[in-house]
Amino acid sequence: MVNASIETHEFDVVIIGAGGAGLRAAIESIDSGAKTAIVCKSLLGKAHTVMAEGGIAAALRNVWKEDSWQVHFRDTMRGGKMLNNWRMAQLHAQEAPDRVNELEEWGALFDRTKDGLILQRDFGGHKYARLAHVGDRTGLELIRTLQQKAVTTGAEVFMEVKIVELLHDENGAVSGALGFYRNNGSFVLFKAKSFILAAGGIGKSWKFTSNSWESTGDGHALALWAGADLIDMEFVQFHPTGMVWPLSVKGLLVTEGVRGDGGILKNSEGKRFMFEYIPQMFAAETADSEAEGDRWYEDKANNRRPPELLPRDEVARSINAEVKAGRGSPHGGVFLDIASRRSPEYIRRRLPSMYHQFKELADVDITVTPMEVGPTCHYAMGGVRVDPDTAKATVEGLYAAGEVAGGMHGSNRLGGNSLSDLVVFGRRAGLAAAQSALEKGSSKLSESLVEDALNRALKPLNNPEGENPYTIQHDLQETMQALVGIIRTESELVEAVEKLEEFKERVKGVGAKGGVKFNASWHTALDLNSMLTVSEACAKAALMRKESRGGHTRDDYPKADPEFGKTNHVVRLQGNDITVTPEPLPVMPDELASLFEGAAQPTGITESKEVK
Amino acid sequence: MADLVVRLWRGDENGGEFIEFKIPAQEGEVVLDVVHRIQATLAPDLAVRWNCKAGKCGSCSAEINGRPRLMCMTRVNQLPEGEPIVITPLKTFPIIRDLVTDVSFNFEMLKKVPGFKPKPREADGTYRMYTEDVERGQEFRKCIECFLCQDVCHVIRDHEENKEHYAGPRLFVRYADLEMNPLDTNDRRQLLVEKMGLGYCNITKCCTEVCPEHIHITDNAIIPLKERVVDDRYDPIAWLGKKIFRKSKKVETDAK
Repeated sequence: MVNASIETHEFDVVIIGAGGAGLRAAIESIDSGAKTAIVCKSLLGKAHTVMAEGGIAAALRNVWKEDSWQVHFRDTMRGGKMLNNWRMAQLHAQEAPDRVNELEEWGALFDRTKDGLILQRDFGGHKYARLAHVGDRTGLELIRTLQQKAVTTGAEVFMEVKIVELLHDENGAVSGALGFYRNNGSFVLFKAKSFILAAGGIGKSWKFTSNSWESTGDGHALALWAGADLIDMEFVQFHPTGMVWPLSVKGLLVTEGVRGDGGILKNSEGKRFMFEYIPQMFAAETADSEAEGDRWYEDKANNRRPPELLPRDEVARSINAEVKAGRGSPHGGVFLDIASRRSPEYIRRRLPSMYHQFKELADVDITVTPMEVGPTCHYAMGGVRVDPDTAKATVEGLYAAGEVAGGMHGSNRLGGNSLSDLVVFGRRAGLAAAQSALEKGSSKLSESLVEDALNRALKPLNNPEGENPYTIQHDLQETMQALVGIIRTESELVEAVEKLEEFKERVKGVGAKGGVKFNASWHTALDLNSMLTVSEACAKAALMRKESRGGHTRDDYPKADPEFGKTNHVVRLQGNDITVTPEPLPVMPDELASLFEGAAQPTGITESKEVK
Repeated sequence: MADLVVRLWRGDENGGEFIEFKIPAQEGEVVLDVVHRIQATLAPDLAVRWNCKAGKCGSCSAEINGRPRLMCMTRVNQLPEGEPIVITPLKTFPIIRDLVTDVSFNFEMLKKVPGFKPKPREADGTYRMYTEDVERGQEFRKCIECFLCQDVCHVIRDHEENKEHYAGPRLFVRYADLEMNPLDTNDRRQLLVEKMGLGYCNITKCCTEVCPEHIHITDNAIIPLKERVVDDRYDPIAWLGKKIFRKSKKVETDAK
């Protein structure tokens, strides 16, 4: 029997993923008295959270007393074009300040105000300076603080383990996870009463992405395969400012903090073009002249914010339109200029990693020369459908928090709301998963399920002459970039869905040469399964949404449709088919709805006014 | 552009050898790009660790032409043109396979660090700290845990047996981070001397030279730690440090 030899561990709670959400969940779970393990695909502390740069959004009111959770909630909902799960957005806005203060109590050293409090910076879509930060390396501070806290709290960590499948007990609850140690290929089975998915994003399915190799949608796919619902999978955020040159770093993130700290966007004619793209929904609070936009940095009370700080979807589409109109930079982006706006000392102090990144990788001194930037695949708004208060998925025994969970950000996430999402819902998931686990009796896992999963995982190794997994991965990325990218259209989405069927056939014949020890081709072959699943979910949901909203722009349906504005797309696995079903959005209670009275509704893409 | 010649060490704990790969050069690449292209076309099972490819996660540490570096932050056009690029795994840690080493020593040492223990909040529920209070600690918290400083530290690079009682530069940076956090109340000085081998470091500054985050490991972390533990102990290096770095000591006194 294969099973007898598998290393097996039993816990109350097992967390898959060790970024901000997973670590925060672990701390809470242990605090609640549950025996807790963290399983992660890389070494501890390397998760994608380290890439977050600009800050963590919370209405701390250290810089602007006028701020409140209600304003943060309102900004978040409007940024998401009202498609967010209102309860998640409410909990997030209410609890983010406590979660940030708690990080300080655990050793985080944020930048300070003159009065010695946590400093907050401006970011797109946030009415007030709201992002607590550490220069432009806030994610590193967050992950290190949580990692150190989790380790001292006593979390057991299984590093460099890839989970291949979740397994159900006889009652249909998720109660097992099969994985293998990447360094030696030996399999490991985790049995637990609760599993928390905190596995991050899906960006690796696109060619130009800010995401690392890990972001292959494992958590999304594991949930779907285990019978859980996903929602909003059509919404993928293309961050407006990724590096475009050199080619080897194309897609690498340039923080929104550059714009928050005074940077502006210009086209090849030297024109500050964002004034041409102010959508009606945000017109009332956006400056309509360069002079007003510039005055805002010094006098926020009497001026409106510059359009460079519109939500990310608006800025990304505007850059895309400028490049398409032939006004792009030499390498197919636009110019992000802070050099002519701020002193070299200021830039180096506020944006040290950006200075370093451009200097070392592109030979560009950003205190002297503008950066060339363009949109890059950055974040999945869609994810596992969860109960807002407990982060519980639609399958018993399963929870999800962080990027892998859906609903919080609606159709578009505001910058800075990701790190706060991780800690708010990481904590809630840890709490609920632990409480549920401590109340539950143990369950039984069928041996044959384990063996089947194991054999599926070994398939590529048993087919060494099969197709090279890197080739399939490369072709898949090309397809998603070309057909399910920032601007979408019916015919291309149909073509994408057809092509994904071909990819499924190709993946059946994938092969991995070599042995089980740290064999990257084997790992890539298995990652392809999740990449394909999330790609299909995204393409099919995108095909069904015949409107433009947030991170989903349809060339053939350029306007927002109020009917689609009341609809979530729920993705399910039925038999072997991935299906999409429209379902009504939860309705916001009156006391929250009144916060939006008189506010303009989303209208879809804003066409550029004729450039004079 | 001419072909690149890359000499990669391949093997495992039982031994290995250099394998030479020829691959077309491409503009603007870093060493990790070249390794990835080798992996995608010539050696699919090549073992290499990486994550962010942006110098922020510290996963892709290796020795390039004998120097410990991050592969993602080493541009090919900065290496000597026309000469082979020689890539080997970190020497200080046991080999798993190819460029991947077993760095668990560092994580075990990190587990032994007594945690952060904050003083109580102010009466108004806040912690008041000023820019000048947090700046020292922030330098240490830039550490991306690439472990290049551990790799180059000769106390453990050439003496495996020292790992029993020597934590290494990354850990000293972590202890300094805690020690200089204005809120922390834990005292780890005795541990540093008795279990973590702070006295073994003889400030050759090799760690500082390889740090991709440009943390002044020796001057700002290790020497001040040595000074702080020296009150009740004699350590010749710290004594010397006090003589040489008197100025920095004074700044520290002012800040308190």
